[in-house]
Amino acid sequence: MRALAAVALLVFAGFGVAAGAPATGTAVDEEQVREIGSQLRCVVCQSMSVADSPSETAHQMREIIRERLAAGDTPEQVKAYFVDKYGLWILLAPPRQGFNLLVWVVPFAGLGIGLVLVAVLMRRWSRQARASAPPAGPVDSAMHERIKREMSEPDR
Amino acid sequence: MSARGLRWIIPLAVVPVLILLGYAFKLNPREVPSPLIGKPATKFSLKTFDGNQISLEGLRGKVVLVNFWASWCYPACYEEAPALERGWQAFKDRGLVVIGINIQDKDEPARKFLTEFGHSFPNAPDPAGRVSVDYGVYGVPETFFIDRAGNVRYKHVGAVTDAIFKEQAERLLGERS
Repeated sequence: MRALAAVALLVFAGFGVAAGAPATGTAVDEEQVREIGSQLRCVVCQSMSVADSPSETAHQMREIIRERLAAGDTPEQVKAYFVDKYGLWILLAPPRQGFNLLVWVVPFAGLGIGLVLVAVLMRRWSRQARASAPPAGPVDSAMHERIKREMSEPDR
Repeated sequence: MSARGLRWIIPLAVVPVLILLGYAFKLNPREVPSPLIGKPATKFSLKTFDGNQISLEGLRGKVVLVNFWASWCYPACYEEAPALERGWQAFKDRGLVVIGINIQDKDEPARKFLTEFGHSFPNAPDPAGRVSVDYGVYGVPETFFIDRAGNVRYKHVGAVTDAIFKEQAERLLGERS
């Protein structure tokens, strides 16, 4: 750690001399570190990202992200390094390719199929209900009278 | 194809769910497969607690057992410690090296651990966690068996027993590189 700090100091000092000003251009974008960390699983936690975990391991992993970015790696390369060591398991979201694509597609496909099924069945049921209802024939005057009479009778 | 005719299909919908659950419940969620098996072991060079430099590269041609441990890792690290020392004593003359890498730990309790078990094989701290991430370590103890050609051949999660040590050591020592 101390050696690393010394190296960092030397590098910065070198840049300072070369540019005649404190080097800010080489500083790693902390937002980028967070962004990468938030996509990686903290290996010692339960369902937590490297960016969110306060654990020592996550801290060290953030340091490695920082170091690799400073060395010129792209965020993709940094993630690829961790995948190389831990497998796809390290990624909090499975990549949208190959077999893992199923994880992304199936829920939406299922929802779509379900909605279509519901729509089809509802139409069919309402049509059936209409078809099987007894024909509403005209009410003759005798029946009309009876309904009126029975409606006005007090309940027994 | 009436709705009534298809009704028997509905209970069948639970079948794939049951199959999935049956499969998943048999898996150990804490066991994560390592993608490193069969691949060249990442080189490392660390300073041991005794002040010596130890590097994996210098051990090419030997079977190397790399054990990640911590003094707070109770009981697993304490269970395996005697087995590691016994295995090292039994196989060191046949070309096997045991390296202990102390991770996520403090200097004092780590040294106390080593004294307590009288470990005579090299042990080094990995203060920045570089080596543990290089080996995809996610907990302690984890042990990697590296063959004579420098490839990771087996990873053991949890305490190493005499039987596991012997089995892997014999297997890898029996190979000619």
